[in-house]
Amino acid sequence: MHPAYSVILFTTASGAGYGLLALLALGAAMGFLPPDRGLGFIGLGLALALITAGLLSSTSHLGHPERAWRAFSQWRSSWLSREGVLAVATYLPAGILGVGWVLLARTDGVFAVAGILAAALAVATVIATGMIYQSLPTIRHWRQPLTTPVYVALALATGALLLSMLIALYGMNAGAAAQLAAGLLVIATLGKLAYWRVVDAAAPLATPESATGLGRFGKVRQFEAPHSGANFVMREMGYSVARRHAGKLRRSVIIGLFVVPIALCLLAAVWGGLAATASLLVATASAAVGVVTERWLFFAEAEHVVMTYYGGPKP
Amino acid sequence: MTSLPAPSAKKLGLVIDLDICVGCQACATSCKEWNAQGYSAPLVDEDPYGSDPHGPWLNRVHTYEIGEGPDARTVHFPRSCLHCQEPPCVTVCPTGASYKRAEDGIVLVNPDTCIGCKLCSWACPYGAREYDYLDGVMKKCTLCVDRIYNENLAEQDRVPACVRACPTGARAFGDLGDPQSAVSRNVTARGGYDLMPELGTKPVNKYLPPRDKRANGPAADVSRPLTAGNSAVESLFAWVDKALSGNSGRG
Repeated sequence: MHPAYSVILFTTASGAGYGLLALLALGAAMGFLPPDRGLGFIGLGLALALITAGLLSSTSHLGHPERAWRAFSQWRSSWLSREGVLAVATYLPAGILGVGWVLLARTDGVFAVAGILAAALAVATVIATGMIYQSLPTIRHWRQPLTTPVYVALALATGALLLSMLIALYGMNAGAAAQLAAGLLVIATLGKLAYWRVVDAAAPLATPESATGLGRFGKVRQFEAPHSGANFVMREMGYSVARRHAGKLRRSVIIGLFVVPIALCLLAAVWGGLAATASLLVATASAAVGVVTERWLFFAEAEHVVMTYYGGPKP
Repeated sequence: MTSLPAPSAKKLGLVIDLDICVGCQACATSCKEWNAQGYSAPLVDEDPYGSDPHGPWLNRVHTYEIGEGPDARTVHFPRSCLHCQEPPCVTVCPTGASYKRAEDGIVLVNPDTCIGCKLCSWACPYGAREYDYLDGVMKKCTLCVDRIYNENLAEQDRVPACVRACPTGARAFGDLGDPQSAVSRNVTARGGYDLMPELGTKPVNKYLPPRDKRANGPAADVSRPLTAGNSAVESLFAWVDKALSGNSGRG
């Protein structure tokens, strides 16, 4: 599948934003984070900035962004519509929590309830994002039970990394947050490794014989393509630039998104102080590159069954 | 509304006979011609006379080579929207622009409400939807909804443009929900089949498989000279041809 850069930016930036929002809101509501105005401002500010930037970016790949409001209507059947509804709904409790935390220095009572609601909606939004892909019957790489859990795990893990970095930058002890980030990153690592195992083991959805229904006459080979140039279907579904380098790119994801940040988080939890802040900054930068690579591979490695009609996926 | 309507009794669709399709592309070009001026926004091509012409077409004809040796055969394979009974392209649409008509089962896109997110094209296993970068909306086969009910057209023209254009009669249009319709009877008689039924889309369109090759048919005698006909002039030319060929048989 062709990786649309706006969608990569949306799913990674907004994913981290929703993860950060969920952990902040839950942490504040449960009393793990202090009702400190400055922390609330930079935390919620960064989360909502990432979410908003991602959402705006995602509308830029639309043919008619001015009609995007229509996407809120079909939540009964469409995961994309559900994602839109949940994404916008999240702003309301997040805003209420922001008023309490930043203006009134309070995260209890009604603001705690808003926090729990914001955390739930943030996670639900990421689940809807994952389900957009997981629900497609045409792409075997995505139609498997691990797609959505990996999206959620990566959103929470990158969000936790941002949270620990912010806490450290704010001059507070980031040890617990760094440990949480390391734990979530370990879960995300295991999920992604299992995802790749499933992807590599599964057979293609169709063969030229089964797709044309002509296998009873023998082996089916494309003799002549329907058109001499590439059409929309080939450009969008036949993207195969990355596949040759998939192994190298996967290794770079394992190192950049998982190994380096996990190690630095654990070191930050031990060290504390300026060294912790520095290592969490490096961990965040490394994970940012890693998660963009991971998302790019998520699209580029995915094979669409329609390419069977064009002679099968290219190696 | 992208939730699917209750299944309609009437299921309009196409039956494509792979035995007699000759791959002439008349269906594809007539489709493009009709739909460039019809129901949806125009099917414009980009860079039409340049080095990289491209644009949406709603019907594509593949050609496959099947089998080996004397059993090998060439099959021309038109591919367009199958107007599925369970169309995954419709249910993923976030705006309701994609819909399945309750009255006859035709799957359409409303070009005035489509936001151009392209998700429907990802959901379609058959590559039936092509995005129009110039209009910013998705295009697909309309089953020529602007022809089949159009009383301004002569009766024989009230069929999809591809069916009207097919010179070999390899495409038939009709109600596949009616077991007594001509198309349904032909599907039963010829063993018509669905494309990728395992994906659960329940296509309305059916494909008729190539017939078995005729066994022991008369082989053409390629050594026989062309017959000259009966007239004196033709006999003269045949004699000249024979004389110039040096009596070696064929000229």
